[in-house]
Order: sequence, then C-alpha cells, then structure tokens
Amino acid sequence: MREIHVDEIAAAVRDLCLEANYVLGEDVRRAFALAREREVSPLGRQVLEQLLENIAIAESDRVPMCQDTGTVVVFADVGQDVHIVGGAFEEAIDRGVREAYNVGYLRKSMVERPFTARRNTRDNTPAVVHTRLVPGDRLRLALLAKGGGAENMSRLAMLTPADGREGIKRFVLETVKLAGPNACPPVIVGVGIGGTFDSVGRLAKRALLREIGSVNPDPEAAELEAELLEAINRLGIGPQGFGGRVTALAVHVETFPCHIASLPVAVNLQCGPAARHRVVEL
Amino acid sequence: MAGKHPRHIRVPLDQETIDALRAGDQVLISGTLLTARDAAHQRLVAALERGEPLPIDLRGQVIYYVGPAPPRPGMVIGSAGPTTSGRMDPYTPALLAAGLRGMIGKGYRSLAVRQAIVEHGAVYFGAVGGSGALLARRITAAEILAYEDLGPEAIYQLTVVDFPAVVINDRYGGDLYETAPLAYAEPVDQS
Repeated sequence: MREIHVDEIAAAVRDLCLEANYVLGEDVRRAFALAREREVSPLGRQVLEQLLENIAIAESDRVPMCQDTGTVVVFADVGQDVHIVGGAFEEAIDRGVREAYNVGYLRKSMVERPFTARRNTRDNTPAVVHTRLVPGDRLRLALLAKGGGAENMSRLAMLTPADGREGIKRFVLETVKLAGPNACPPVIVGVGIGGTFDSVGRLAKRALLREIGSVNPDPEAAELEAELLEAINRLGIGPQGFGGRVTALAVHVETFPCHIASLPVAVNLQCGPAARHRVVEL
Repeated sequence: MAGKHPRHIRVPLDQETIDALRAGDQVLISGTLLTARDAAHQRLVAALERGEPLPIDLRGQVIYYVGPAPPRPGMVIGSAGPTTSGRMDPYTPALLAAGLRGMIGKGYRSLAVRQAIVEHGAVYFGAVGGSGALLARRITAAEILAYEDLGPEAIYQLTVVDFPAVVINDRYGGDLYETAPLAYAEPVDQS
C-alpha cells in the first residue's frame, strides 16, 4: 500500500487547472502551426494567426486563453495499491479547483439548480470526476477544462447495427456541420463507438485526452479516424466558420464492445483554440 | 471579400458605416460597446414588453456578447472573447426594433434575427472565439452602466481600440456562415 495525502491531490489539481488555462499544450500548438501552413482561405489563415498570437499573450500575461475557463473534468486512474489518506478524494479535487479558479483569475462558470435558479457556485466546483481502478500504486489524473460552446454542440446517437460504419460517418459529419462556427473550429473531434448509453459519452470525452495527431493502435479505428478527418475538412467550414480547409485538427476514435442489438455513437467536440488538458501522475 | 485590409470603423454605428459593410469584410472597431448576455437580455426585453424605459439608450449601439474572466490587478478586464450568440436570439429582434444596430459574438443566428438585421439595417460581427487574451488587450476601459446586481452579467460599457472582427450578416442579407463554406467545400466521393 502506498499512501497519497489528499493535500497532494488538491495541489496537483490546482496546478493542472492553472497551467491548462494559461498554456496551450505543445501538441495543439504544433497542430495550429501546421494548420496555418495548410489553410488556403485568407480569412481562415488570419484566424489561425490571431489564435497563435493569443496563445503567446495568454502565456506571457498569465491570462486564460479563453474567458470560458470551463467545467473541470477529471479522469482519475487510481492504482488499487494506493491508499488515499487525510480526507475524501472528490473533496480534494474540488478544493484544487476552488483554489485555482480563485487565485488564477479564472471565470467561475458552474451553476447549481440547473433548471430553476441557476445560481453560480462561485468557485467553479463541483468538478465532474470519472474514477477507474487500475493495477499498481500510482494515481494518474488527466484533467480537462471543458468550455461550454463546443460541449453544447456535442451529440449522442443509439444507432442500429444496420447503420454500421457509414451510419457512424454520417452522424459524425452531421454533428460537425450542425456545430459549424458555434464550436469554435478548428475543432478536435472525440468519437466514442460501442459500450452503452452512459459509457459511450465518456469514451468520446476520453478520446479528447489523446495527443493530437496520435493514431488509434487498432488499424480499423485508425482508418476511420483518417477518413473522418479528411471528410470533415472537405466541408469547407474552416477556422471559426469563416470558410476554409481546416475545420478539424484531429479526429480521435475510441471503441468498446457493445450489445448485439446496439451501435452507440457519441461525438464530443473540443474547441481547438482552447483545447486544455493536462496529466499528472502521483 | 477576404484578404483585403481591415476597415477601421467607429462605434456606436451610423447608418453610412453599416451600409458600407458586406459579409466577409474584416473590421477594426474603435469606440464604445455595450456588453450583455443571457440575463441582461432577458431584463431588457421584459422592460420593453412592460413599456418601461430602458436603463440605456440602444440607438446606434453595438452589443458585445461576452462574459469576461476577472481581471488581474492592474488590468482593465480579464480574458474577453465572444460567447455563442444564438442564446440571445429570442431577445434580439426586440432590441433591434428598439434601435440596436450591431452585435458582436460567434456562431449562427436564427432566421428571425437574420431577417430583423435586414429589416432594421443592422449588422452582425463575428469575433474569433478562443482569442480572449488577445481581445482583452484591445479593451482600454470598462465601466458598469446598468443591472449591477447581475455581477459578471451586468451591462458594461467597454472602450475598444482596433478590436478585430469580421462581418457575418450584413444589412443586405449577406451571410458569411452560409457562403464561405460553399466556396471551400470539396465534394466527398459517395461510395
């Protein structure tokens, strides 16, 4: 048994929130630089220039890249030989979020009583936490600060086996098209296929945690990723919907076995300009 | 349409300026803007429906849909990029009828809003979503004008200098979100 104190977890979450909001990951940055080379539309290129400049300003001013500093989503892989001490795990995560959003001049965007009073919780808590028990004595935290614009344009469908691969392609393309400028393209497209109604959305979100441009090790999934990316970038939506060839920076597909009667598909969109995720291992 | 040098425009807007704008034009906006998002819109329209005077004169004004992050000490405003405009669609035609002439945000507008833009000779600009740190540097002053109790959703007056935006919907019915993808779409082979 290895002991990890909740203070260590809270501090790690705080640091992840701050860095994720001020500093865009290297992989996303590279994707933007490549996109600028590839984009043929003058307005689209202009947008990519502005976004690259924004990344530099956010980093130097320690100001969030986007005013929507998001809902904090944490994927925790807890080693089964870890003993968390000193308090409750999820409270520690919320403590880290609270501290970051207060000291870091980040916007608090969470409201309670979602269909009535919609009162701001004033510290951006609670975080959405997905915990998985894994072998080992480490604790891995992957954190996303997920903005509302792209999240609102995400969709889920319970397709039938007859819809098959083509049905999945149609649904993903339709989702990106319907989202258009609202999701702040160029987007990163997380696609979950299989599992159940509840798990397929999580699969799609987990796909967003992958390094941009990484390829699914399964050749069939990798082929689908490449095909979808190509098809999405033929839609012409372009950066911010101003027209162009770069509508998505990447498509990541994750799969899970499913019931003989089912073919669940979820598309979780992530705005490229503020694709914020970070990982730490304790 | 694209690639031209950005045009410098002043806000509040006069009709001559609006008449000269076309979908796809890049602009650099200077002057004063109002901010308002969901809650403020709801209140403004409720006041109009009750026949009450508005706390602000909307004539010629431009509303920027923004919910900024808190400023660091010494800064005027925190990160301040556009939010999704569509959420304001149910309220927008009434505000255009009351004299509002421009909006800055991001994302699609409803048919009713696009029609009201043409009817009232107004304009909808898109700012680059996700560039809030850069846009904050173009805002030189921020003061509360109305609905202070709404906190971050209060109506502010922002002074802006060379605030970059693109014309999405012009007063003649031009719509960049509709035409731009058509110009760049490449047909997909249907197998």
